[in-house]
Amino acid sequence: MVEVTLWSGLKSFTGGQQTVEVEAKNVGELLEALADKYPALQPTIEAGVSVAVDGKIIASSLTEPINADSEVFLLQQLKGG
Amino acid sequence: MAMDHDKTNGFKVVGTRPNRPDGVDKVTGRAKFGADAYAPGMLHAAIVRSPHAHARILSIDTSKAEALSSVKAVVTRADFAEGLTGENWNILENVMAGDTALYDGHAVAAVAATTPLAARDAAKLIKVEYEPMPHVTDVDKAMAADAPIIRAGAADSSVPSGLHANVVRYHESGHGDVATGFDEADVVIEDSFKTEATHQGYIEPHACLAQLGPDGKGEVWCCTQGHFNVQKVCAALLGTDSSQLRVTASEIGGGFGGKTVVFIEPVALALSRKASRSVKLVMSRSEVFRATGPTASTSMDIKIGMTREGRITAAEGIFRLQGGAFPGAPMEFTAMCAFAPYDLNNVRQIGYDVLSNRPKQAAYRAPGSPMAAFAVESVVDELCKKLGLDPLEVRLMNASKEGTKASYGPRFDRIGLVETLEAARDHPHYSAPLAEGQGRGVSCGFWFNHGGETSVSLALSEDGTAALSVGTPDIGGSRAALGQMVAEELGIPYEKIRTTIADTATLGYNEISHGSRVTYASGLAAIKASRDAVQKLCARAAAKWGIDEEAVVWEDGYAKPSGPNAGSFEPISLAEIASTMGQTGGPIAGHFEATPEGAGVSFATHIVDAEVDDETGQTKVVRYTVVQDAGKAIHPTYVEGQFQGGAAQGIGWALNEEYIYGEDGRLQNSIFLDYRIPVASDLPMIDTVIVEVPNPGHPYGVRGVGETSICPPLAAIANAVSNAAGVRLKHLPMSPPRIREALDQQANG
Repeated sequence: MVEVTLWSGLKSFTGGQQTVEVEAKNVGELLEALADKYPALQPTIEAGVSVAVDGKIIASSLTEPINADSEVFLLQQLKGG
Repeated sequence: MAMDHDKTNGFKVVGTRPNRPDGVDKVTGRAKFGADAYAPGMLHAAIVRSPHAHARILSIDTSKAEALSSVKAVVTRADFAEGLTGENWNILENVMAGDTALYDGHAVAAVAATTPLAARDAAKLIKVEYEPMPHVTDVDKAMAADAPIIRAGAADSSVPSGLHANVVRYHESGHGDVATGFDEADVVIEDSFKTEATHQGYIEPHACLAQLGPDGKGEVWCCTQGHFNVQKVCAALLGTDSSQLRVTASEIGGGFGGKTVVFIEPVALALSRKASRSVKLVMSRSEVFRATGPTASTSMDIKIGMTREGRITAAEGIFRLQGGAFPGAPMEFTAMCAFAPYDLNNVRQIGYDVLSNRPKQAAYRAPGSPMAAFAVESVVDELCKKLGLDPLEVRLMNASKEGTKASYGPRFDRIGLVETLEAARDHPHYSAPLAEGQGRGVSCGFWFNHGGETSVSLALSEDGTAALSVGTPDIGGSRAALGQMVAEELGIPYEKIRTTIADTATLGYNEISHGSRVTYASGLAAIKASRDAVQKLCARAAAKWGIDEEAVVWEDGYAKPSGPNAGSFEPISLAEIASTMGQTGGPIAGHFEATPEGAGVSFATHIVDAEVDDETGQTKVVRYTVVQDAGKAIHPTYVEGQFQGGAAQGIGWALNEEYIYGEDGRLQNSIFLDYRIPVASDLPMIDTVIVEVPNPGHPYGVRGVGETSICPPLAAIANAVSNAAGVRLKHLPMSPPRIREALDQQANG
């Protein structure tokens, strides 16, 4: 299981939990598992999110690997000017 | 030979300052910008824009315009694709209004005629009947209970119940317990700040030439930061296939984020489809101001607690951003960047994305971050003053470093904030005496940077030269830096490489040139494509020598046996291998396609000296020093230019630039005479210090540099001006009237 910390604005979609656990081996599986387990997160995930894995911010690649002991954060989708 | 190795020293080309490849073209007028594209028989377009801040469109009568022999096509919203959803719908709604004009300058119709003058005259004959509606342009007023609702139902699921319908997105993040943290502080300061909307101020207005046939095949030439995005958006808005639309990016006369957005290309295509002729569309400066994206304006509340020694115990920020009549104001970045320079146990940040009757905001270098730094760094400066502490030492004491849990969540990888602070502290500027009436300010700034989808191709020629094709428009000198990286890898002179921005039919998808990503991502791709080509060159040499490919190394432009066991052969140069490549296996090219995800965040620290005239309220910036972590500066002159450019734009944002709306909701200063950007005589020489803390996510350690440089200026200048004036300035720009008002308020108690 991977422990994922959400930004606190998402707590209302996960029953008040800011940290949740899902089964995933990469970013794509993580996002799919989050949407399956917490359907209220689906619109946010579909609108676009970034994922930080062990400090590395993954803006779009779904194939980036995640280990069971990785530190994982869901972040707002990053872009720039 | 192995392709994946990092190189951190021993550079021969990287780090040098060769001539820019576009220099001669630009100084001789040979460079082709957006408005320099021509086609036989092309028409010229003009856009009809709303004179109202908010109005229902009751009818559009195009008959008088269409009756003119010079007019070949008129389009309204009915001429674009139907049934769009999500962001495509938002883009279309901005490109051409539906049933409501949402801001002064919103496009409602367009006309194509045989000359530019005929098009403008015809536009005046298009009669639009409006029903004006209540409007709001200020972010705080737009959130108030009595504010008119701009777009009912526009809010997404993130918005908590009970907020005004104009609040369309909400962000909250942080960690620890701020209440406990504030209890631990010896001093807590809480204050509110505002910044006005500013335009990116690029010198070249938006321009394009478009052609679209009834078969759905078309071409666009335009100035843009992302022609692949133009292709994608235009295909959706016109209802055609992406691959049938070929888009070529022109030279670009500045973008700074403002040309990441599509405004006119779909209009020109729709007119072309209707007229069966090519259509050219060039915005006037006034149209650029009224209808393209300025940055968001903000209203912010900051609370920070600090111990007597200078340790920050807690920090909290509320950031309200209006981004015009469409969702997307970058409040989440404002919130996430606000406290990133600080190692905090207790931090909380909240963001609101608020609609108003203004044009849709667009990215502007590190969107959202400069405003946050202004508010946060102003409060940090006040705390230092109150506690009698040195502002740089306090920032050093609290600085984020490798392993710090960032205010926005994850732990930082290797970063260079401490190095920029130390370099600033040790710079002669920081200890130089100030003259009477002058004040000094410092600030840190942070930006994430970005990777993104990237595809490049590197073709070798028989004469031993190389052509690199990339899909990221050159908005800041990337052709030089990319050419240097290829030269470094191939071992041939920089002058033997030509880098071209290829059109959309040539390469795989390339994300926009944004997020300070080009030297990082296209650079990484150019290095990998070079290594791909080198591998093929080594294979040709191995075949010639009859040895294993792994026994060949590439050094300084030559294939060589890897050691005595590989055999004794004379090294073969790239030019020698390339001269016979057609007979030894075919053309040699290197490719790389990927989505690099190791952009590496970056930090900067700025020092500013400012002088304030108490009588007039006029400010002069007298000395400016930028210290920033570039990871690895490929072409230091360009890096310095990015540093200086960010500071110059920050000076304008801090002191003069602002969108001024009248009571009627119309923009009052839509030309450069009334919207004052800094000119050379307004600026001091801007000194630069390049710090190089390598980014582990790039083979040479590159970090993006284009955006971070605009994060600290608003705050550093505000701190300098506040120290010079003896009163805290909380509203940008710090124009003479605002400084006089602050001085008067202080004098009157």
